[in-house]
Amino acid sequence: MRILITIQNKSVAPRFDLTTEVVIALCEGQTIIGKPRTILMTRPSSEELCALIIKENINTVVCNGIEESHLQYLTWKRMKVIHSVVGPYREALKALTGGFLRSGTILEGAKQGVKNG
Amino acid sequence: MKSTDTDVFDKIKITEILNGIPHGTVILDRDLCIVEMNSSLELLSGFTTSEARGVRADFILRCNIGKSGKLFRKLLETGESLSVEGNIITHDHKNKPIHFTVSSFKDENGHPVGLFIFLEDISILHSFDQKGSSRDGLKDILGHSPKMLEMLELMPVLAHTDASVLITGETGTGKDLVAEALHNASKRSRHSFIKINCGALPESLLESELFGHVRGAFTGAVKDKPGLFRLAQNGTIFLTEIGDLPLSLQVKLLSVLDDREFFPVGGVKKIKVNVRIIAATHRSLRELVKRGEFREDLFYRLNVLRLHLPALRERDGDIRLFLDHFLRKFNTSLNKSIKEYSEKAIEILTGYHYPGNVRELRNIVEYAVHICQGKSVKKESLPEYIFFPQVDLEVKEKQENGQVPIDKSIQNQPEADQVTYSNPTERGWSDIEKEMIINALKKTGGNRSKSALELGWGRTTLWRKLKHYNLN
Repeated sequence: MRILITIQNKSVAPRFDLTTEVVIALCEGQTIIGKPRTILMTRPSSEELCALIIKENINTVVCNGIEESHLQYLTWKRMKVIHSVVGPYREALKALTGGFLRSGTILEGAKQGVKNG
Repeated sequence: MKSTDTDVFDKIKITEILNGIPHGTVILDRDLCIVEMNSSLELLSGFTTSEARGVRADFILRCNIGKSGKLFRKLLETGESLSVEGNIITHDHKNKPIHFTVSSFKDENGHPVGLFIFLEDISILHSFDQKGSSRDGLKDILGHSPKMLEMLELMPVLAHTDASVLITGETGTGKDLVAEALHNASKRSRHSFIKINCGALPESLLESELFGHVRGAFTGAVKDKPGLFRLAQNGTIFLTEIGDLPLSLQVKLLSVLDDREFFPVGGVKKIKVNVRIIAATHRSLRELVKRGEFREDLFYRLNVLRLHLPALRERDGDIRLFLDHFLRKFNTSLNKSIKEYSEKAIEILTGYHYPGNVRELRNIVEYAVHICQGKSVKKESLPEYIFFPQVDLEVKEKQENGQVPIDKSIQNQPEADQVTYSNPTERGWSDIEKEMIINALKKTGGNRSKSALELGWGRTTLWRKLKHYNLN
């Protein structure tokens, strides 16, 4: 499974459309294979981000706020989108591979991790 | 957050004050983390105050101002205020235009202790800018037939009271539009208008949706949920298809109407609400009461003010009005330049009985505009089914399954239908219309003016139809 998380500092970015940084991780079962890769985008753009997601053959996208059109587009492209996730991206990745990350989750680390991030 | 800050917030019931504000409102501490937010912001963000407390605000607000909280931090340091337009991503994935007002507040020593952010939803102003429309919802309702004029005269009166309203009418007559218009014209218009279809969710989910639940109330209730009644605080809740509300929830709704308070699912603390209830149904509630499927007390409680929307076939002259309105609308949206309907098309369209009412007419026009290749909508551009008499699909299906005998199905027509049909399967609309005219003439002792009034038509229309059916 190829996972993409939109990030801002060390947390899941508040908005998909304003994201300039993403993390891509490869995961098999509950194990993350290798070191997650960070990609910096030249500018925030939902369309460019969607194109990157397609190009990278992503299966699951983790983000926070996302507009309906982009959500529908990614769903239509058979991608699983877990949205409205708040908290450190590492914790989100761990929760995802553990199988318990749901849309609308505020992760434990959000209250400290977000501040520090 | 420092203990001194906590003391300040503890002295007053801050949540109650915030909930009285009809716009999203949030208080941040000096770390820009959420201390309190009101129910309007809960509705916008989809997060409850208890889960959002302690989380940095930009991750909950999802706004486009002040990336990474830099702007908020600057305001906190300088003590300045800011008023700016921006947007947020709401819980339902909408990009909502917002007017942000941010101001800092200080402790007794003059040190900044936090920020106060006020989020005013300006999407309605944006849509007016784009459409040149008016805020007065009543103006969105089209119709100049006597029955509609009567209803439009009544609507401002209903809008300015706070009593429950029951809207009845066949499917597609515009019950949702009228409910929203009543809310927009009422003093509650600055607060939320929340719609829920009582027939769309199973009983257990519906109770939790309406009244909320507390964490641990049932398997999967991992966090508190405020429920739509709480989210509609000071606003209006619109319960559509109220006839489908399960009996157990009818009791709970009755108690909300009587006492203005309720227990969330699994909760021990009563929640007080100040919400206006508008209910709508296309079914006959009186019939449901007789069959024991709807509580009589709730029926009388909801039926304080009743608004009956006439079927399109009873709205003399409005069909033509809608045909022109939707032609203009779809011309613009589909980038077409159709100028008119041909005479034959008009004859067919004005003679059709529209069992699906305005919704059906709108779909027919949309179909025609898509299909039409010329400058005028001709008979060939109309959907084929309107050339044949149709039977109510639901009734037909039941009849085919042997569930409802034909005569019984007619008795079960919604009370919105003032007309008594005999057997629509064997006859077309013309026969039914003829019978309606005869019934009206019988009822009024042959008085044509009164008959026309009874049928909701003008005298000329009645005269034309009498001539058409050889009833002179």
